[in-house]
Amino acid sequence: MPRTVLRLDDVTKRFGALVANDAVSLELREGELLALLGENGAGKTTLMNILFGHQTADAGRVEAFGRELAPGRPRAAIDAGIGMVHQHFTLAANLSVLDNVMIGTEPLYRLGSRRAFARRRLAELAGRFGLAVAPDAPVSGLSVGERQRVEILKSLYRDARILALDEPTAVLTPQESARLFATLRAMAREGLSVIFISHKLDEVLAVADRIVILRGGRVVAERRAAETDRAELAELMVGRRVARPTREPVPPGEILLEARDVTVDERGRRSLDRASFSLRTHEIVGVAGVAGNGQAALMRLLAGLTVPTAGTLALFGQPVLQPDPRSLVRRGVARVPEDRLAQGVVADMAVWENAVLERVGDAPFSKFRVLRREIAVAHARDLLRRFDVRGGDAFTLTRALSGGNMQKLILGRNLAQAPRLVIASQPTRGLDEGAVAEVHGRLLQARRAGAAIVLISEDLDEILALSDRVHVIARGGLSASIAVADADPARLGMMMAGHFGVAEAEHDALRAS
Amino acid sequence: MSQALEILLTATFWAAALRIASPLIFGTLGALICERSGVLNLGIEGIMTFGAMVGWLTVFWGGDLWIGLAAAAAGGAAFGLLHALLTVPLGLSQHVTGLGITLLASSLTYYLYRLFVPQAATPPTIRSFVPVQIPYLSDLPLLGPALFAQTPPVYVALALVGIVAYVLYRTPLGLAIRAVGENPHAAEAQGVSVIGVRVGAVVAGSALMGMGGAFLTLAAFNSFFFNMIQGRGWVCIALVIFASWRPGKALLGALLYGAFDAYQLRLQTMVPGVPYQVFLMLPYVMSIGMLVSMSRRAMVPQALMQPYRRGE
Amino acid sequence: MRFERRERVPVVLALAAPLAAVLAALAICSVLVAAAHAPVMMAYAELVAGAFGSRLAITETLTRATPIILTGLAAAVAFRARFWNIGAEGQFYAAAIAVAAVGSHELSVPPMVLIPLLLAVGALAGATLLAGPAVLKVRFGVDEVVTTLLLNFIVLLAVSMMIEGPMKDPLAFGWPQSVPLVDDALLPKVVPRSRLHLGFLVALVAAGAVALVNARSVFGFESRAVGLNAEAARFAGIPVGGVLVRVGLLSGGLAGLAGALEVTGLKGYVTLDLSPGFGMTGVIVAMLAGLRPIAVIPTAIFVAGIFVGADAMGRAYGIPGFIADVILAVSLLAMLVALLFTSYRIRR
Repeated sequence: MPRTVLRLDDVTKRFGALVANDAVSLELREGELLALLGENGAGKTTLMNILFGHQTADAGRVEAFGRELAPGRPRAAIDAGIGMVHQHFTLAANLSVLDNVMIGTEPLYRLGSRRAFARRRLAELAGRFGLAVAPDAPVSGLSVGERQRVEILKSLYRDARILALDEPTAVLTPQESARLFATLRAMAREGLSVIFISHKLDEVLAVADRIVILRGGRVVAERRAAETDRAELAELMVGRRVARPTREPVPPGEILLEARDVTVDERGRRSLDRASFSLRTHEIVGVAGVAGNGQAALMRLLAGLTVPTAGTLALFGQPVLQPDPRSLVRRGVARVPEDRLAQGVVADMAVWENAVLERVGDAPFSKFRVLRREIAVAHARDLLRRFDVRGGDAFTLTRALSGGNMQKLILGRNLAQAPRLVIASQPTRGLDEGAVAEVHGRLLQARRAGAAIVLISEDLDEILALSDRVHVIARGGLSASIAVADADPARLGMMMAGHFGVAEAEHDALRAS
Repeated sequence: MSQALEILLTATFWAAALRIASPLIFGTLGALICERSGVLNLGIEGIMTFGAMVGWLTVFWGGDLWIGLAAAAAGGAAFGLLHALLTVPLGLSQHVTGLGITLLASSLTYYLYRLFVPQAATPPTIRSFVPVQIPYLSDLPLLGPALFAQTPPVYVALALVGIVAYVLYRTPLGLAIRAVGENPHAAEAQGVSVIGVRVGAVVAGSALMGMGGAFLTLAAFNSFFFNMIQGRGWVCIALVIFASWRPGKALLGALLYGAFDAYQLRLQTMVPGVPYQVFLMLPYVMSIGMLVSMSRRAMVPQALMQPYRRGE
Repeated sequence: MRFERRERVPVVLALAAPLAAVLAALAICSVLVAAAHAPVMMAYAELVAGAFGSRLAITETLTRATPIILTGLAAAVAFRARFWNIGAEGQFYAAAIAVAAVGSHELSVPPMVLIPLLLAVGALAGATLLAGPAVLKVRFGVDEVVTTLLLNFIVLLAVSMMIEGPMKDPLAFGWPQSVPLVDDALLPKVVPRSRLHLGFLVALVAAGAVALVNARSVFGFESRAVGLNAEAARFAGIPVGGVLVRVGLLSGGLAGLAGALEVTGLKGYVTLDLSPGFGMTGVIVAMLAGLRPIAVIPTAIFVAGIFVGADAMGRAYGIPGFIADVILAVSLLAMLVALLFTSYRIRR
């Protein structure tokens, strides 16, 4: 039996009243691929942060290679041979790949950096593990997959023998994920030990040797991958039967939004290239794609924040010439942004203020530019009740709400107006299963009521579950749509890599029939 | 008209340009180091004021000129430490803290000066740095008197441009400073202490700012008077942006400003009928212009002005 | 040690913060008082007496507070939207010279109309001056801190040019000053045999008006949203650029009003030392008052008291008058630290 390289004993961490990790104990053996499974909020990231020294545990100890790890300092973890690949890459975009790898590797008092040596070592590691990178390329120009390779190389450069990865496939196409896992398996064969966080059941079953399931901050079970199945893992992970709502077939209606060859140039770069799509009532159109391929630009366009450089956009039959968010909201367009804290709400304002944020200048919330507070507060109270927003009342600071409740507030302020068009970007990012089910339920409800919905999401499962038709966005270009019945992960993966041809052929066939 | 252009061909003009630029070189390099690490230091105007006074007072009390320069650096570093402690570990607003430091350093300067130096009709003077004639090189036409017959602190300023550039781009410390200014989380994850590096950078940058102020009282003039800095600190902040946070371009920007200011001074005597105030305004207008010209394309350190809180 | 954000700021802490800051400042500055070979407690007692100890003292303090209330409001309005207007000094002077230009001629307009007209001219001058930096920020992303700061120097030079040139007072000897205002343009005194003029009441009204705008108007709501999270405000459809420009106009107008009142109420003409740093003092007042318009009033009166009292302290004990500036600068920094404790809890 291979030796234990990492041991966590009764690790506990509290944030105020919330217990993020509750006496968590687990072991990692040499050459093993261990998966840490759990839904959002289960405490996985906190545990990894404690392991790597970003946070300090309130109780418990961490042992690496038999020696206790000094808490709270990443340098201690690095020196003990632990490397971490973060979910949100810790890379300095304006610096080169080589610079990023070299940060912190040489003592600060040294008078000259040994770059040639570092360059050689980086090249050797890249070759050995099949992680090709260009050392002098600025990180800002790299694709997401390439950036992840740099993240991994940073750890390998520091002689990491234990590699911790936080949701590594969240930003990869199915093909890139497969390649990553092949790399990880090769590393395991060379004697490295890998622990990775995921909430994707299929992936975990395919790749891991052993699986530890976290729920509500506790370890609820441990299984060998070969000895369990999807259904068992799902139930262990969530703990109760939370069925996500299913989509029932509804015939689509008239076209509400039509975009033809829409191109958007922002800051000298083409962020959206000749995108064409149409949205009908009673329909959810999914836009699948890996992060950083133009989703944000598409969202900005549909939210009314940017003007198309070329192409036509027609809403409810009328051409949209000067889009602006307020007029869109007035015409019945609901927008759910991808980052609720940065774009969706002003966190330091009260709940009632955020409830009317988009319509504060319009009746009935103001008159002659004077705010009518009582009406706004009453409206907010109504929203809180109808959309089951918990954690505060109309006067609570919005920051105090949990992610799920904040998202329900954002959804509520939009859906309460019975909008005809809903644009939602990453609507369930960072939410736990219960909240995800609620959000999906609201979207499907809107669809039943006749809205046209655009769902931009990096979560393929979500796209496949909710959409009627699926587009793929890659490098600023939008594929033609395919029916969801024909959208399987392999095909979508190809499209995400830019091979739109698969969709085109089918689209032409559809048109011809 | 040709007389106006002839000024540009005289050595005294370029010597003046470099002399005017020197305090700005110190100040801009100092602000650049702070901002590269992610901290905006609006205390610069006050720190330069304090440095000017402390440097002068040290010499007035009998100290050596170089000790005076060192004292100014130490004084600047002290205020830099205060600014750093408030904005880095405590994460207070860099804008307001910086303005507070400027107010504190300036008012403390005037209070202490008033306390230690008896009031007189004309401010007391010291024996300031004298220009050094570098053998052979100072005999070169135009370049000779302009570049090779300056006071020693000018050469310190020019040397610092090279030193700062070398440290920033070729040493692990420089990489750490840049990393901390671009993505502090990345730096922390690689074992670099963000707080330590930022505090150190601000202290070092503020020491340079202090020296910039002392240049005025120890080399350019030989006494301290009120409102001596006249907005040079703010000009340095503008020059950092103009320089895209690069030491070489900072030198260029400072020289451009120095040349412009030297030119405007000479124009005053040549163009009758135009009030001198118009000419004095021009350098400030030019600074604003430099700022506007760079704003669209600036390569800002990504984490500038964002407070860093561990684990967030 | 970690900082954990509070959900609600306890009122007690919010009120205690500025008090604690000032007390800390006075304690720290006692070192400077001692360095001037003056007895600390007695000197501070002289400070208080000089500020509030007699009818004359109080009227002087309130007179001094008038422009500070307005520059404090100017800073508070701007900072609330994270628009760093540090140019109140320049806006003050621009308004002063504009008022002197218009008000020094004999216009056949009754005082009831002339005075409000002049005040409007002053406010407009201040607003116009800040419009430049505001537009540069909104259209070109130019940092407004540096532009407003540099403009201060430019305006001061322009004013100097005016009062040495076309607006020079031919009858004045000594330092240059502008032509004086006509009698009809001067504000009446509210307390006889003192320097306290109607401007003080105008300042109070202005504070009330700004408080109303902040709390009740759509503009007030939008500017607060922009200050707290400009990106979310933009997403929600709030015209961030337009809001910032309007904030700039309001802020500049308030600073300009300060200049206008000082000329029409106190001096009657413009000199280069009309403002001993009212602009920067306004920044301190705004921060100590927590950016709240009504709180600006007592804060400004208090700050004015420090200045007036420091003059008395200086006359009695030979302490350089700059001690007031040091006390206020330390108060500002101490207030920032105190604010930290009101917004966050410290946790191990």
